[in-house]
Parts: sequence; structure tokens; C-alpha cells
Amino acid sequence: MLDLIYKYVSPQTLAWLIVAFPLAGALLNGIHSLLAGRFHFKPSKVFTSILGVGLPFFSFAVTLIIFATLIGFPQGQEPTMITGPLFEWAATQGLSITFGLKLDQLSLVMALIVTGVGSLIHLYSTGYMAHDEGYARYFSHLNLFLTFMLLLVLGDSLVLLFVGWEGVGLCSYLLIGFWFEDPYKAYCGKKAFIVNRIGDTGFLLGMFLIYTALAGADLPAEQHQNQFFNFEVIRHFSAYLLPAATPICLLLFLGAVGKSAQIPLYVWLPDAMAGPTPVSALIHAATMVTAGVYMVARLSFLYVMSPFAMEVVAWTGAITALFAATIGLLQTDIKKVLAYSTISQLGYMFLALGVGAFSAGIFHLMTHAFFKALLFLGAGSVIHALGGEQDITKMGGLKERMPITCWTFVIASAAIAGIFPFAGFFSKDAILWHTFHGGHISLWLIAFLGAGLTAFYMFRLVGMVFFGEPVMKAAQWMKVHESPPSMASVLMILAVLSAVGGWIGIPYALGGGDHLQEWLAPVFAKTVGVIEIGSHATEIVMAVLSLLWALHFVILAWVIYAQRKEWPARMAGRLRLLYRLVFNKYWIDEIYNFLIVRPLIWTSEKFLWGIMDVRLIDQFGVHGTGRMMLVWNRLVTLMQTGVVQQYLFFFVVGVILIIWGMLFK
Amino acid sequence: MITLNHYLILAALLFCIGIFGVIVRRNILIILMSIELMLSAVNLVFIAFSRYLGGLDGHVWVFMVLTVAAAEAAVGLGIIVAVFRNKETVYVDEVKELKG
Amino acid sequence: MNPILFYTFGGLAVVTALLMVTRQNPIASALWLVVNFFAFAALFALLSAHFIAVIQILLYAGAIMVLFIFVIMLLNLREEEIKPRQLQFSGLLGGGLVIYLIVLLVLGLLKIPAAPFEASTEGFGYVAPVGRLLFTKYLIPFELTSVLLLVAIVGSVVMGKRKL
Repeated sequence: MLDLIYKYVSPQTLAWLIVAFPLAGALLNGIHSLLAGRFHFKPSKVFTSILGVGLPFFSFAVTLIIFATLIGFPQGQEPTMITGPLFEWAATQGLSITFGLKLDQLSLVMALIVTGVGSLIHLYSTGYMAHDEGYARYFSHLNLFLTFMLLLVLGDSLVLLFVGWEGVGLCSYLLIGFWFEDPYKAYCGKKAFIVNRIGDTGFLLGMFLIYTALAGADLPAEQHQNQFFNFEVIRHFSAYLLPAATPICLLLFLGAVGKSAQIPLYVWLPDAMAGPTPVSALIHAATMVTAGVYMVARLSFLYVMSPFAMEVVAWTGAITALFAATIGLLQTDIKKVLAYSTISQLGYMFLALGVGAFSAGIFHLMTHAFFKALLFLGAGSVIHALGGEQDITKMGGLKERMPITCWTFVIASAAIAGIFPFAGFFSKDAILWHTFHGGHISLWLIAFLGAGLTAFYMFRLVGMVFFGEPVMKAAQWMKVHESPPSMASVLMILAVLSAVGGWIGIPYALGGGDHLQEWLAPVFAKTVGVIEIGSHATEIVMAVLSLLWALHFVILAWVIYAQRKEWPARMAGRLRLLYRLVFNKYWIDEIYNFLIVRPLIWTSEKFLWGIMDVRLIDQFGVHGTGRMMLVWNRLVTLMQTGVVQQYLFFFVVGVILIIWGMLFK
Repeated sequence: MITLNHYLILAALLFCIGIFGVIVRRNILIILMSIELMLSAVNLVFIAFSRYLGGLDGHVWVFMVLTVAAAEAAVGLGIIVAVFRNKETVYVDEVKELKG
Repeated sequence: MNPILFYTFGGLAVVTALLMVTRQNPIASALWLVVNFFAFAALFALLSAHFIAVIQILLYAGAIMVLFIFVIMLLNLREEEIKPRQLQFSGLLGGGLVIYLIVLLVLGLLKIPAAPFEASTEGFGYVAPVGRLLFTKYLIPFELTSVLLLVAIVGSVVMGKRKL
């Protein structure tokens, strides 16, 4: 089968096709949409659907082919493929940036997640967006997103990663503000974009630091050919980065904090829920937000050189995990709950990276992609059925009307809560175990607490939405319907993945093979100086402990929110202050608004606009130019007398100047 | 010993006298005559170089210049007559129709 | 290449040119210009350009200057129409400018190393070789001058007519 394929195309060409397919989709759909707008015809839905969904599936198929090829490499040979430069993008004296792809164990796992989950969400979107005006525009943006995401994970240099990084940021902006007629949604798009900018500044500075460190080090030119941003080159010469490792890692991590919505730059993600729900599922849960995790994992060899940076990553992750989980406890918007849970889960991934368990982080990234996409799509299904209603206090008992959505949602919630044997159990347990195993007891405690809260708020959501008595009116109740097959089928596929997706990473202690870790291990650097606590037996005890911990919260949430609905209100009354603090999300948005946004706006309006712009630029620059032109005009009109002889006079002056210049040059 | 340089300096002098006439004199007839003088000065350069280089091409070009000078004189004088008929003047500072 | 002849006719050309541009009466200017053209013709002859020398006298001193004088007569400038010469600012400025230009040009020309003439070949500048060149190598430009002259004829007729 593979031989047959490789008779016609080279593996390198195939690798490029992964990126090219969605790009073609984006271009064709974009042109289609633009032409439709220009010539006032209705964009063809069939055309858009076939291209917009078919091409990502092709991309997924190609990724699978390459995966099969690499997995079939003989023992001892690194399953890595480097396409080599397609072309040189930029070349200066001391720096050369080429366009090439690198497919290794890590980027392949990422590419499989992106194309796989991405394609499913594309398919789901055909149902969800079926009645939308901007159907073609939506798919062109979604395909474009996929292109950039694949470039991000497959690019062979930090620059290409950054291109993808910014590209997905752009698509995120476009898709959050997809319904830009609503000023609030457009504002949310802008917020996401601007908050990400803060992180990207750090990312860029980190890249520059890498360049200065490497370019200043007088390395043998034939080994790097000035491609200082190429991962291979950075890795090969990583010893030269040792003195600057901590600032580089911290600056790059700032980029990851922005993109992956960690404290303190997480504020954009809850607002990003303004976009269509499949977009939230694809971009703000399954793929784009994990870019930061991918980047840190990709540069693991750099991070292990700086224990301090690792510490920062781990603590940021752990605190974010707990912090976002507490906010998630009291949110009433179904998508907001999921948004905070995403932030929390991303925190777990960073915790894993920070304690040096890179493969556990990627493992959780993968399972999270499955169950979080499923959760969002399930939420989308509910919202779709209720005609746009997102407030969970107005739902309840939906199990009767939408059984598929309900049970897939329960599976996903069980997965995220860490219930055996669903996917999240293994990945979250891997993170907790590695944290404990590495001797980070305080981090482990935070994460353990967060895990319990996760189980609690997820089943609070399940209880309030799908179980208990319906609170809506009968007429509305009758209109609630199960989603169309295109959506339901995706939910079922993802439910299967959420259920069994964790089985590829069952640790040895539980009798598994830990395949994912073995597969990924060559990519990651080994952490040094790990304190190892506990044995296989401890691992099993810990796993059972966390399972019981989660289960206990599941039952608690179930009882409170599905059976005894009056309890939460009573509790809120008792703990009024705490309740308000958490309910208002610790007023973080307000604090940012007061500390950063307002002073910024004040400076812009009073100083930059009032003084710099109006007084300086307008008066001197804009009007000044005009006035200067008037003055010159008056001077020059003096010359224009109409007497030809005076013109000749100037002519002779010119001749004299030329001769003068020739004589005394 | 008279060299090429002597002729070039002489031609430059005559040419500059022509320029002087063109930019200083107001009488359009004299301006026209000064232009003829400038053309002749250029001719002198042609002839001197032709002699110096030993080719006759310069002579041919002088021939062309003479033709142009004749044409220019004819048209120029025609213009002068037309201007005088309309403006009753031959002084260029009194003709300022070009002023915007 | 007699220096005495060169200085005589060169000096004559400069002096007559100066007189030409400074005369108040156009008739006087025109007559000085005729003398100037004779001096030019002599200079051409000194450079063995016999044919051109003759043409210079025929065409310039003969035809063109007659045309000038004819036009001056035709315009019939009365006494009051000839403005009295007065020292004008523009005259001083123009004079200064031209003198500076002369200084520049002469300075520039003096930089060039002296280039003496070689003895001319037999028949240089005669009618026959010039004519042969004119009708072979320069045939097309030569023929084009006829178009130019035609345009000039039409142009001067149009200009001269009272009404079109």
C-alpha cells in the first residue's frame, strides 16, 4: 500500500501536501466567498462543504500515511523526516531563513491531533453553521486556521513556528469576531488579538536572544549555514545558549502564556467564546491554545538547561490550573465553564512540562483535544437546539430530548474529571504522578485539589444541563431537538476517542505499555537532578486515590446540582463574600481594566492624542507641511514673472552650476 | 602656435557674448541676432574639431546647423512681425502673456 | 595656421560681437553682425573649411542678415520706440553671470592639455569631399533638412499673414 503511494509521490511531497490541502481549501473558499460578495450571488453550500471538509480530511489521510511510514521504520532508525528547504525565504549576511518541514514523533502527534480533530470539527460545522450567511467565509477561515496550525507544528524552524503562531492568532481573531456585526463580539476578537500581542513580544525577544547568542558565538559555518532558527541548529549548538537559557526560556514562555491562556494573560480566552461554538472547540480548546505547550515541548532541550524557567513554568501551570478551576465552579454560561476548564487543563499541561514530564504534557494535550472538543461540540449541540441559549440556569433535563448529546457529554465529562477508564484519567494521572514522583509535593497538592474541582464543576454542568427537572416553558421544550446526523456522528466519534484515547499511554504500573511516552521519548531532553519518590506500588495507590477523589466530587456535584437544587443558593448565602469573589472571577478583568487599560487609554487620549498628535503631528507635521508648501508657493510664484528672459536667466544659473560641479567635483 | 584650445576659448567667449545678448537685451531683434551668434560659435567648435580630428563629418553638421539657423531666422522673424502687429512693440519685457 | 591671422580675426569677431550686443539701434547691431560673420568666415578659412567659409558668407551675411534688415525696415521703428539705453539691475546681474560663466569655461578649457593641429591633407574641406559625405553617409539627415525647410516656409508664411 505504502509502496504503491511512494511510487508516485515522494514522502517530502506528501509532507508538503499536509499543509497544502487546507491552504487550497482556504484560498478556494475565500475566492468563492469574495466572488459571491462581488457579483451578488449566493455562495454554493455544496461546493463549500465539499472543499472545506474534504480537504482537511485529505490532509488527515496524508498525515496518517506518513505516520504509517515513519512507524514502519526499522528498529534503531529515528522515525523522523525532514523535507529540507522548499525555498529560501529570507537571506541576509548573517541569517538565512528557509521554508522546510520537520516531521518527527512530536510534530506527527500534533499533526494527527490537528488534522484529525480539526477535520471532525469541520464536518460538525456543516451542520452547526448550515443556516449562516457567511458559510463560505467561515470555512475559508477555518481552513486557513488549519493551514497555519499545521505550519506551526510542522515547521522546521522557530521562524516558521512563529509564522504559524501569528497565523493562528489572526484566524482566531477572524473567527472570534466572525459575527462582527455585534460590537461585543468584534471587541472580543480584538481583545484576544491584543492580549496575545503582549505574549508575542516576549516570544520575539526570545527569538532575538537565541539569534544573538548563536550568531555571536563564531560557530563553524558549514554546520549551521546561518540558519540560526532551525530547530536542528539550535539543538546542535544548544550548549552555546546555556548562559542565556533562563531569559530565553522565560521570554519564550511569555509567548506561550499569551497563546495558551495562562495567568496572567488568560483573560482573552473566556471572551473568545463569542465565536461560533465549533471554533471554540477547534481553536480555543483542542488545537491553537496548545501551541504554547507544543512550543515548550519542542524546545525542551532548552528548558532543561534552565531549572529556574522550568520552575516558573510549573508554578504558572499549577496555579492557573487551580485558579481557573475555582472560577469555573460558579460560571453560569455553558461555554464560559468550558473556557475556564480549558485554561485549567492547559495549566496541567504546563505543570507537566515544568516538572520535566514532557511526554505526559503532550499526552494530556492529546486526550484533552479529544474530550474538550467533544465538550464544546456537545455544548454547541445544546446551544443549537435551544436557539442560542447559553445560560445553564435556564436548562435542565435535556437528557430526555437529546440523548446522544447527553451521553457523549457525560463521557467527555468523565474523561476530563479523570474517571477510570476514560482518556483523561490516564493523562491527568500521568501528570500528577510525575509531579509527585519528581518531588514537587506542593505542586502536586495544588494540582490534586484542582483535579477535584474539575470533577466538581464538570458534573455540576452535566447535572444542571442534562439532568434534574426542566425549567423552560413547555412550548420551548417541544422545540428542543437532537442535532442533525452530521453533528451527532462527530459527537459519537469523539466520544469513542475520549473513552479509549488514553489507552495508548497506560503506564507500566497499571499493566500498560506507555506507548506514547516511548514514542515521544527521543524528542525530549532528559531532565537532570530529578528526585524520585515512590515506586510502582505508590503509583497505583496514587491513581486509586485520585480516582476516588474525583469520584467523590462527581457524586457531590451530582447530588447538589441535579437533586438538591436549593443547596447552592443556601451555600452562596452563607459564604456571601467568597461567593461574590469567585462569581465575579476575582475581578481580574476589572483590575486589568483599572491598572492597564484605563491608564493606557488615558495616556493615549490626553498625551499621545491630545498633545503628540493634535499639537505636534497635526500642527507641525500635517498642517505644517501644508503651510510650508504655501510659503514656498509664494516664493516660487515670485519667480514666475512671465518674462522669458528671467527664465533664461535661471537657465544660465543652472548651466553654471552644472559646469561648476563638473569642474570642481 | 595656435592650438585647438585657442579656438575653443574663442568659441566660448563668443558663445557667452551671445548669452549675454539673449538674457540682457530687451529688443527681440537683437536677441535673435545673439542667437545667430551663439549658433556660429558652436559652428566654430565643430569646424575646429573637424580640423583637429581630420574628418569632414563636422563640416556636414555645420551645414545642418546653418540650415536650422536659416529656418529659425525665417520663423523667428515671422513671429516678430506677428508680435509687433499685435502688440506694437519689439521689447520682450512688455510681452508677459506667460505670467500665470 | 598663422597666429597673426588668428588673433586678428578672432579679435575682430569678439569686438564686433560685443558691439553687436550693445548697440541701441537694431540696424547698427545687424551691420556689426555682418562684420562678425565675415570674421567667422575668415576663421573657418583658417581651419581649411573653405566650403563652409563661403557658405557662411553667402547664407548668413548674405541671406539671413538681409532678412533681418528687411524686417527691421518693415517694422519701421520710430525714434520713440527705440528705448533709450539705461543701466538696469538685470543688465548688471546678467553681465556678472556671463562673466562668471566665461571665467568658468576658460578655466575649464585651460585644464585641457594643448592639442596642436596637424598639417591638413590635400583637399580637406573642399566642396567635393564634403558633398560626397553629404550625399552618402548623411543622405537621410540631408534629405530631412528639406522637410525642415518646408516646415519653416509654411511657418513663416502663416506667421506673416494678417489673417488666416
